Amino acid sequence: MWSIVHKMGSPPWFYRFANGAIAWLLPIVLLALIVGCIWGLLIAPPDYRQGNSYRIIFIHVPAAVVALAGYYVMATAGLMSLVWKIKMADTAMRALAPVGAALTFVALVTGSIWGKPTWGAWWVWDARITSMLILLFLYLGVMALAEAFDNKVAAAKACAVLSLVGTVNIPIIYKSVDWWYSLHQPASIKFTGESAIDASMLYPLLLMIVAFYGLFALTVLLRMRAELLITYRQSAWLRSELS
Amino acid sequence: MYFQTWAAVWQMDGHGPYVWGAYSLTLLVIIALVAIPLVRARNLTQEIRNDERRRAVAAEASGENHASKT
Repeated sequence: MWSIVHKMGSPPWFYRFANGAIAWLLPIVLLALIVGCIWGLLIAPPDYRQGNSYRIIFIHVPAAVVALAGYYVMATAGLMSLVWKIKMADTAMRALAPVGAALTFVALVTGSIWGKPTWGAWWVWDARITSMLILLFLYLGVMALAEAFDNKVAAAKACAVLSLVGTVNIPIIYKSVDWWYSLHQPASIKFTGESAIDASMLYPLLLMIVAFYGLFALTVLLRMRAELLITYRQSAWLRSELS
Repeated sequence: MYFQTWAAVWQMDGHGPYVWGAYSLTLLVIIALVAIPLVRARNLTQEIRNDERRRAVAAEASGENHASKT
């Protein structure tokens, strides 16, 4: 276990790992996204109450799920950077924040578009939606802090503290539809018990969730690789790697 | 396929603009997420390789100078 953490903390090892993983992930993720979209848009039946507008679920839910999970990944990287001063954890944090922000943005905007025909409003100050907006601001805050310091060590510390404090928001988002009287529908997929969604809609949704997790991993690795190319452009290991 | 015609796919019983709008916007974000760091990495690798080549040429030239002096 510790040897893996040790290896992942080494920039040359991680650079090689990222190159290999990207080559695999890129075609798989693109294929999964295309199949999932065709399935959700054309093959799945319409919802008996919402009609065809519900098809937005196949991008809205995956984006939201991965945006939330990604925040935990970022906070974990922040903790590792804070406690063990691992430079790769800092690189990971810098790469994770914009990807998380983009996914949160997608979840919010697609939710807003879905809200118009379903609730009759683009936006409501509802518990679920407002806590998601706070998530977007947390991601943007980490992005801003990462650029706000000349000193990279100070920047990493500030980002780590903010991302750790922000984890308070995640269970609030998860539970918001249960705790408050909300316009937002409760979860359709449950870890325990029967899901409140038919198999003909569940399978494409699960495929899209897996595809979005893959997209998340792919884009974070792409960003980390680009960051390594800048940071270590003068290093002998990177130059021998590229020659 | 659920729909009978391509026009029905486009209209989605009146929900077409919402559904296709949401999907197009997501597509744009995905393209940006993947393409920006991909292009950036390619440019950086190219830059580092060019730099390395220049250094090799410079090192060779200085080596020749050194040889001619002795």
